[in-house]
Amino acid sequence: MNIGIDIWQEIYSTIKRNKMRTFLTGFSVSWGIFMLIVLLGSGNGLIHAFNDSSSDMAKNVIKVYPGRTSKPFDGLSVGRNIQLGGKDLSLTEKQFRDNVVSAVPTVSRSGVTLSYKDQYVSLDLSGVYPSYTKVEPYMIAPNGGRFINGLDISAKRKVIVIHTKTKEVLFRKDNPIGKFVLAGGVAYQVVGIYKDKGNENSLPAFIPFSTANAIYNKADTLDNIIFTTKGLNTEQANEDFELSYRKVIGGQHRFDPTDKNSIWIWNKFTQYLQQMTAANILHTAVWVIGIFTLLSGIVGVSNIMLITVKERTKEFGIRKALGASPASILWLVILESIVITSIFGYIGLVLGVGTTEYMNFIMSNQPAGPMGIVIFKDPTVDMGVAIQATITLIIAGTLAGFFPARKAVKIRPIEALRAE
Amino acid sequence: MIHLEDINKTYNNGSPLHVLKGIDLDIERGEFVSIMGASGSGKSTLLNILGILDNYDTGNYYLNDVLIKNLSETRAAEYRNRMIGFIFQSFNLISFKNAMENVALPLFYQNVSRKKRNILAMEYLDKLGLKEWAHHMPNELSGGQKQRVAIARALISQPQIILADEPTGALDSKTSVEVMEILKEVNDTGMTLIVVTHESGVAYQTNKIIRIKDGLIEAIEENSGEKRSPFGNGIMK
Repeated sequence: MNIGIDIWQEIYSTIKRNKMRTFLTGFSVSWGIFMLIVLLGSGNGLIHAFNDSSSDMAKNVIKVYPGRTSKPFDGLSVGRNIQLGGKDLSLTEKQFRDNVVSAVPTVSRSGVTLSYKDQYVSLDLSGVYPSYTKVEPYMIAPNGGRFINGLDISAKRKVIVIHTKTKEVLFRKDNPIGKFVLAGGVAYQVVGIYKDKGNENSLPAFIPFSTANAIYNKADTLDNIIFTTKGLNTEQANEDFELSYRKVIGGQHRFDPTDKNSIWIWNKFTQYLQQMTAANILHTAVWVIGIFTLLSGIVGVSNIMLITVKERTKEFGIRKALGASPASILWLVILESIVITSIFGYIGLVLGVGTTEYMNFIMSNQPAGPMGIVIFKDPTVDMGVAIQATITLIIAGTLAGFFPARKAVKIRPIEALRAE
Repeated sequence: MIHLEDINKTYNNGSPLHVLKGIDLDIERGEFVSIMGASGSGKSTLLNILGILDNYDTGNYYLNDVLIKNLSETRAAEYRNRMIGFIFQSFNLISFKNAMENVALPLFYQNVSRKKRNILAMEYLDKLGLKEWAHHMPNELSGGQKQRVAIARALISQPQIILADEPTGALDSKTSVEVMEILKEVNDTGMTLIVVTHESGVAYQTNKIIRIKDGLIEAIEENSGEKRSPFGNGIMK
């Protein structure tokens, strides 16, 4: 066996003899790997955008909203409205001590007019706890003061945190921190400005829960109950928990625990699991499509190599007569195939990566879509994928070369050398 | 040097064809032998067996006291490379390699370094008067030049025997004489040569003529120096 500089020179000279053919073959490989990279990059873009809206928030969050019964129960007809109240909150905490870390309620009042000097805006006021930003995709804007804190809750302070867009309407260029806004005759001091991730449609203003409860919640009804969970790590555990939760609350409000409409349970963890599954399916689909595109390139290479071997029958015959071992013939063909696939594959790889980087550049320079929704984020592939693709290429080149090479090995010198 | 015992060979293409029907032959070191016979007589098959390009069915073939039988492809390639030099009717040079690279090719399969093989190839080309043509491609050479390149290629690995299959078959009579002269010179250095031909003009240049007919050795004629006839004076058919 002899894989030195000589074999590379042999391969170089054969490739040089068939420039056009080599180029056309290589092009299909380049195209295959290019498509693979661009598809993977786009897939990653979607998945990144997916994950981004929930990335830095706790995943073990359950929100419970009141609903309306859809199954008769205990002699009661369907269509009854279920109201969540303070009792449900304490039940949540007491009955599910093993799984519930902390439960906090939200109350809100919709259609409140907020005014500052002569500017007005109509929005929802939500009474929340300080932990609210951990479970919802809201954060304090840069230099935007602070969110509701524990002192606000215990002292029932009349403080308010408004959205950046609300701030723009009411205050224009002024700094609103410390200023007072009026909401239905109550004056609130602005302590913070928050922003969202560009995917929320309603822009509520936040006040302490205790304040909202005292001012607006005469009937003791809660908008929702939000709690973080522990020890619920599988889909099954979450489902079991939801069922027993419905049983407890259903005992209180007399509804069928299997009636999913009576109270709405929005479980972020199961949603997260579904999202992961969807991302995985997308990822797999992209690989499958990419691999098949690449495969057609490989088949092209294999085909051309077969023709090459046929054309070089006489040459291989001469080589064998002069003492070329079967292994050296095998390597000559396989290495040529690997060289063609690798070089052109690498060109495709570089172009593909370039394209995804360009897409990324365009995306990041573009403002978010009309609804403030980011559907594409960072549509690039990482080093790992590039390495995987390179390994795929070498394997592909070997496979593409193997069958033609076997054919070359089987050439019998006496037949190849028979004078024509 | 070469010892054949009852070599039989049958081709099975549809109906079996018994080509060699028991060949016994001894060729000594330094001999210059021609194998003559009509087409279909089995002379090419015999040459292929001698050149380890083909297998035989029964019998024994000893080359330089080594039994050549049921070799693996790799081993056969190695023996061909080290023990046998080939000269073909249609030259069989590799078209995309220049004269020097063609001559050097057998040494490539002996893992000789590029530099060393090119120096050796130049030496052999020089001996055959082709030094100036070393960097020419085969299609830039005349028939005689091509055959001289092929002879250099056969010699470079310093084999035990040189097998020539109709070495003058594709050449005009003047060039044929030149090529045969070269082969004689090669023989004078002590190299064993076996030439397969159907031209008596070529055969009479050698020391021993083995006549093959229908897969059997018909006659072996010693060819003394006086009887040796030059080309083109009526003996050529």
